[in-house]
Amino acid sequence: MCTVCGCGEGQTVIDGKDPKKHTHSHDHSDGHDHSHEHPHDHDHSHDHIHEGHDHLHYGNGPAHAHAPGLSQSRMVQIETDILAKNNEYAATNRHLFQQKGIFALNLVSSPGSGKTTLLTRIINDMKSEFQINVVEGDQQTENDAQRIRATGARAVQVNTGKGCHLDGHMIGHALESLSPEEGSLLFIENVGNLVCPAGFDLGEAHKVVILSVTEGEDKPIKYPDMFYASDLMLLTKTDLLPYLDFDIEKCMELALRVNPKIKILQLSAKSGEGMESFAQWIKATRSAQLVGHPSLKASA
Amino acid sequence: MHEMSICESLIQIIEGEAAAQKFKQVLAICLEIGPLAGVELEALHFSYDVVTRGTLAEKSRLEVIELPLNAWCMPCSKNVDVKQRFDACPDCGSYQVQITGGDELRIKNMEVN
Repeated sequence: MCTVCGCGEGQTVIDGKDPKKHTHSHDHSDGHDHSHEHPHDHDHSHDHIHEGHDHLHYGNGPAHAHAPGLSQSRMVQIETDILAKNNEYAATNRHLFQQKGIFALNLVSSPGSGKTTLLTRIINDMKSEFQINVVEGDQQTENDAQRIRATGARAVQVNTGKGCHLDGHMIGHALESLSPEEGSLLFIENVGNLVCPAGFDLGEAHKVVILSVTEGEDKPIKYPDMFYASDLMLLTKTDLLPYLDFDIEKCMELALRVNPKIKILQLSAKSGEGMESFAQWIKATRSAQLVGHPSLKASA
Repeated sequence: MHEMSICESLIQIIEGEAAAQKFKQVLAICLEIGPLAGVELEALHFSYDVVTRGTLAEKSRLEVIELPLNAWCMPCSKNVDVKQRFDACPDCGSYQVQITGGDELRIKNMEVN
């Protein structure tokens, strides 16, 4: 079959014409159309590669296209998601988390929202109950991992260099060196960026987006992809609210407009206000995630 | 966002396909991209030229099919035309609009030698 127009060949005689010649009608944009014949007696092989059981058939051998300019080359159908590679790595990570009963959160925000301060606070609040590990993503420096290690939690710093986000592969490597304990919590602090990390699954249970009240209340609609991808939004630095014009109601309304399912908590890592709710959310969603897993009993 | 790393993933996929399907050169590649994929097409074309240098896709054509944003308005029970993720239904003004398509980012086919 011709892969350009879909016409068949070698099918007996059509309208009394040589089966090895067939007719093509072309419509032209200038309004006229015409038909012409051309010979069609090239040989071709018909090998198929079957990849797994997903019923993708990749044509092998020349794809008998007779459109102008395609005679020497061939068309290969790919139909592959460009991020499929990342999704495979993420699936591997997720499988590992599931097996070992690890509850992983991917913390995303713009730079300077206070992710690391929040993390050190929640680690100190929860370290008596859980083993906690952290993957720190930053373009450069190991400063954040050091701040985390000061709490006693183990941390691996991933420097992305040129990259604007962590990907599934980087997390896979970080997990190799961390080898997190069964039933532990894993916090992944993504690169400070409200755009790119939205598109990259790392295998986490939930994305948690952090928005500090020193930023604009319209961030949820300025960067909708991130708020859409997250399950929890933390409005942080609420101790500064008396000094700011931040409209908290408006901000929450905009976040819910982008993502009607997002859960919103207000807290201050500095004063500690609201931290208890965040810890409760972690415990509750972790329990829901690990229902039936033996490590849930051990920590309950 | 990250158009450069998208192009690098593209090259990885192309190289994998080249080994599996035994071709040595890519003349053109056709992508399907939705408006919610977060890809800036101009940046993608620029990165593509840079990243493909010295690979089997050097000097190849990058074609992009831009897919539409599809949304379903629940109160109206019909497909509606919105521009962004948080838009209200243009007919009834409700925000109960579910995005049903538009975040595609995939390779459709390649012309190879």
